[in-house]
Amino acid sequence: MSEPILQIENVSKTYAARRALFGRTAEVRALKDVSISVQKGESFGLVGESGSGKTTLTRSILHLETPSAGRILFEGQDLARLSPADLRRLRARVQIVFQDPYASLNPRMSVRDIVTEPMLVHHDILGLSRTQRTDRAAELLSLVGLGPQHLTRYPHEFSGGQRQRICIARALASGPELLLLDEPTSALDVSVQAQVLNLLCELQDRLGLTYFFISHDLAVVRYLCSRVALIYRGELVEEGTTDEIFDTPKSDYARMLIGAMPEVKVRRGATA
Amino acid sequence: MTGPLLSIRDLHLTMTSFDGAAHVLNGIDLTVQRGEIWGLVGESGCGKSLTGLSISRLVPTPPATYRKGEIRFEGRDILKLPLREMQDLRGKRIGMIFQDPTTNLNPAYRVGEQLIDVALAAASHDPSVLGCPPGAGRRERRRAARRLAGEMLERVGIPDAGARLDNYPHEFSGGMRQRVLIAMALIGRPDLLIADEPTTALDVSVQAQILKLLKGTVADHDIGVILITHNLGVVAETCSHVAVMYAGNIVESGPVSNVIESPAHPYTRALMAAIPTKASKRGTLKGLGGTVPNLITPPPGCRFAPRCPLAIPACTAALPGAVDLGADHRAACIRLEALEHV
Repeated sequence: MSEPILQIENVSKTYAARRALFGRTAEVRALKDVSISVQKGESFGLVGESGSGKTTLTRSILHLETPSAGRILFEGQDLARLSPADLRRLRARVQIVFQDPYASLNPRMSVRDIVTEPMLVHHDILGLSRTQRTDRAAELLSLVGLGPQHLTRYPHEFSGGQRQRICIARALASGPELLLLDEPTSALDVSVQAQVLNLLCELQDRLGLTYFFISHDLAVVRYLCSRVALIYRGELVEEGTTDEIFDTPKSDYARMLIGAMPEVKVRRGATA
Repeated sequence: MTGPLLSIRDLHLTMTSFDGAAHVLNGIDLTVQRGEIWGLVGESGCGKSLTGLSISRLVPTPPATYRKGEIRFEGRDILKLPLREMQDLRGKRIGMIFQDPTTNLNPAYRVGEQLIDVALAAASHDPSVLGCPPGAGRRERRRAARRLAGEMLERVGIPDAGARLDNYPHEFSGGMRQRVLIAMALIGRPDLLIADEPTTALDVSVQAQILKLLKGTVADHDIGVILITHNLGVVAETCSHVAVMYAGNIVESGPVSNVIESPAHPYTRALMAAIPTKASKRGTLKGLGGTVPNLITPPPGCRFAPRCPLAIPACTAALPGAVDLGADHRAACIRLEALEHV
């Protein structure tokens, strides 16, 4: 439990902005010296407003962006030093669920094709035959609360919550240890959000997954995560256990965010 | 006080599609007084936005038809007004704010230009908006409109508002664009403001500012607001009243304190149980199974019955009427007694 699965060490990312007419290049510093360590089996929440660098950090973890400075280690291996083949193998163990389930599923692929695609990509590791892949897809679908009868259907036949379940099944297909969840419930209604959050809790308990959960919804982060980091304009402002951050926030930024959170104070009822 | 600002009575809206007629609004009753902020909540596809759009008569007919009911704005039935008079209401007496600030500003015009247009249009209806003496020249009116646009931007919290008038929408951030739209909706001093998910796309800190601004405006100008949202937290903190919608019906309505503290309808309770709060333990949130019903062939009787944990056979017999629970708190459910014991 105490060994880190993901270490982000002093990562900075600078984008060159448009060059001014004469001379100096303006720079956008998307990440400034960010260090985070995620332990195996925990749910780590990353909270920040739009433009704070959440997405840049996520992309860096997937090595879709190369940090300008600093290192990102997955189980002690520096991502930047891996060969392309090793990096591809590693990607089987780090998967992502995107924010918008309406945009992240190919409408022309059947659910079977969607869920088995990662198994094809990582065929060298998983080595599953065609029938094994279909069986595994059926198994994954029942794991996320759908069924084998959905294999031949297409994304448009599903509701938002069901689509997000398909995205989760796809993310689990290559047998990952770390799941990056990029606002997986913000496009969903509260009723459906609750189901997806519960599914995530259940999957973590059953499969021993580690979650890196990115969100701007503090209530959701408080519900799901055990540790939280707040990021503001590319800098890490505060990090701690969920209780510490929510009960005794140290930074002004954390206090401001928690104060701005709209909450329903329930006294009785709400027991349907 | 002469009657309510807005009163919707038994409104039925039907949409024709290739698959048949969908009854998207099914007897909406809603009364808004000045000084009230009504929250309209429910899952996607339950008719919140269509209710809002109907009030400004922006639902295209056809494919929509209003089978029954009336929408009275200060006593006049909006659905029967000639188009010309309706246009005089829109933007001037009835303001609207839509969800997506990016698509609702014209990228090719300066922000100030767009605000001035609205101010001048509003002034054609009520010259006092600009504060010009009657018979003022065109240039004078325009100058006054620009001054007003600057003041409005400042009131919605845009720093250095006078200079920002000459910026284009792309030079503003999402939160600032939404504030521009709010300024635009308020510039004609509307009596009724319909805000359709005005903060859904924004960060919580910006959301808090905008909701505070909305509350301030209601207090200062004594207007009525309908706030469409799916966030019950926003309703609890901002609204004075709330109407919970499900599949084209208002299933529960009343003052926020009553509805949120003692929700009566099983649907309201289910919505509230789905919100993660400080007290909810990991893995114990109660989701609501199933989905919003197909409105072309809605389930018989109470439309929530198929998903309701307390449904009994009698629930499918007829659409339940609203039961008065006192203090303007109403719920449309025949199982309210059973709920008391849950």
